Amino acid sequence: MGEDEGQPAPERVPLEKITDYIWKIPQYKKDMHVSGMIFANQNLIGKMQTDRTLWQCANVAQLPGIYKHSITLPDGHEGYGFPIGGVAATDYTEGVISPGGVGYDINCGVRLLASNLTEQDVRSHLQVLADTIFRNVPSGLGSRRKDLTINNSDLDRLTVEGVDFLIERGLGWKEDAEHCEEQGCMTNANPDMVSQTAKKRGLTQIGTLGSGNHFLEIQKVDKIFNQKTAKAFGINHEGQIMIMIHSGSRGYGHQVCSDYLRVMEHAIKKYGINVPDRELACAPGTSLEALNYYHAMACAVNYAFVNRQVIMHWVRQSFQQIIKQDPEKLGLKLVYDVAHNIAKIENHIIDGKTKKVWVHRKGATRAFPPGHQDVPVAYRSEGQPVIIPGSMGTSSWVLVGNQKAMELTFGSTAHGAGRLMSRSAAKRKYWGGEIKTSLEKSGIIIRAASPTVLAEEADHAYKNVDMVADVSDQVGIATKVARLTPISVIKG
Amino acid sequence: MSGKQFEGKFEFLEHTADVYVRAFGVSIKEAYENAALAMFETITKTGKVAQTEEEIITVEAEDLYALLYNWLEVLLVNFETKGMLYSKFQITDWVETVDLFKITAHIWGEKFQPKKHLQKVAVKAVTYHLMVVMQEKEKNAVLEFILDI
Repeated sequence: MGEDEGQPAPERVPLEKITDYIWKIPQYKKDMHVSGMIFANQNLIGKMQTDRTLWQCANVAQLPGIYKHSITLPDGHEGYGFPIGGVAATDYTEGVISPGGVGYDINCGVRLLASNLTEQDVRSHLQVLADTIFRNVPSGLGSRRKDLTINNSDLDRLTVEGVDFLIERGLGWKEDAEHCEEQGCMTNANPDMVSQTAKKRGLTQIGTLGSGNHFLEIQKVDKIFNQKTAKAFGINHEGQIMIMIHSGSRGYGHQVCSDYLRVMEHAIKKYGINVPDRELACAPGTSLEALNYYHAMACAVNYAFVNRQVIMHWVRQSFQQIIKQDPEKLGLKLVYDVAHNIAKIENHIIDGKTKKVWVHRKGATRAFPPGHQDVPVAYRSEGQPVIIPGSMGTSSWVLVGNQKAMELTFGSTAHGAGRLMSRSAAKRKYWGGEIKTSLEKSGIIIRAASPTVLAEEADHAYKNVDMVADVSDQVGIATKVARLTPISVIKG
Repeated sequence: MSGKQFEGKFEFLEHTADVYVRAFGVSIKEAYENAALAMFETITKTGKVAQTEEEIITVEAEDLYALLYNWLEVLLVNFETKGMLYSKFQITDWVETVDLFKITAHIWGEKFQPKKHLQKVAVKAVTYHLMVVMQEKEKNAVLEFILDI
């Protein structure tokens, strides 16, 4: 067993270098319908070769009806069935939809808030601000707020109505919805397609951050790369305070994925579909199984939007409590909320023709170009904001979607740093207290529910997020707008 | 990382992103019991989980892989919905036909208390990725699976 290297791939995957940033896996197996395409530099591709990333990319190329390429982005690493950091588009009718192409944490995603505060404004309040947020936003195992209880019918409504459900109840501003992917509500959500088990898990977990890689950070703008676009996004100057929230659909979404993985296992037998991995189980795009999954998935997507919305509301309240000014006065505006794990019906141009496709984004961010109708009006001349969180204590990035993404990646780019070191290796190498001390030495205030998570999420356990942003920028699928660095980290 | 305490029961293998478990047993039943213990050892220190409450659960599946998946998932759902941590598992009944596996288990534990129980990491889901079920003539069983965290 390798120490930090993961396991050797089960077979050697052939790889051709196209440019310094683009690599191709030829159709080396007869079942591959298309080739694999990987966006990475030499260093990142080297990391991918140490685990099953490329092999999984080749497996995805075997999905019926897949178009152009099975795509792996610069942050790609081994997942289940699909690699994490991947995109696959399949024909709406001839292709398949696979819950594994979305993942367990449906609509795991990020939202970014701006403010009109500077680092100087908050420095003296930072300890108490971190304490307040840590108290107000439940994180870690089994933690929840007693003042947010919902019943079964509320749960069904919020998974249909999305963030508007909360905004109507005063937990948000009217304009928040416009600044979310899908306006914070995917249509076609049907809670009848969601199991009672999923609903039971969802009832107690709404408005909780979770654990593992989920976090909440107070950040400052470290460097602006594109003044004009940054300004349009509300990023005005270096040193400006921003807040990033990274969470997902919690047990609700995980259960939807598990439930439909079972449905799809029967579907592949029923429809005679051959897949190389049980986690790639899928169903024909227009089958009942596929549509039921899509309608259940949309509920989980909305659950996650609502989850991040309520967390954001508590962040605004926390700032108000400590800085003693209205959130409106503090300019705590939502910049954007993006999904990292999702399947969508989209139109893309393939061989010169517009096709309706299922786009699976598994650990990938939509990156639509300027002028696209799905980009909020306020940003339409610039393109869609792309938010890429780094690992704990390192930079995060704001990029902007580009036309090139429509040509190369079905309008997508990377979603994060991507792990490098196993959790057990990280724990052997670091311990929570040490990580906390070292972060605090560099001026980052940290609050965490679990010391184990701190060690596992140590910065060195991840790939360099700057490199991931660089590759995206160099390829031109999403280009750099601003780099953010944390001044306080709240972990589950 | 689990030390000698769990020797012969389970071990954690290297995996970049998630928790990779290998569980052992002198019987397939015991391997499934140890797999459950490993999952709760991922979440907390099971040594601190008192066995004050007993429950009986039944799990069904169409094959041994799905049985492992479903067994762990039922326990995970109990943790999330009832706040229960478990530290002792005993499969008392194991029924096998061509296309149905059914087990009944007695499980012991107590409610999660943040002050008493160490928080390690929440498990999001059980996965089929790299799942292995090995059995030598109804003894010396080995299971491998990955937990998404």
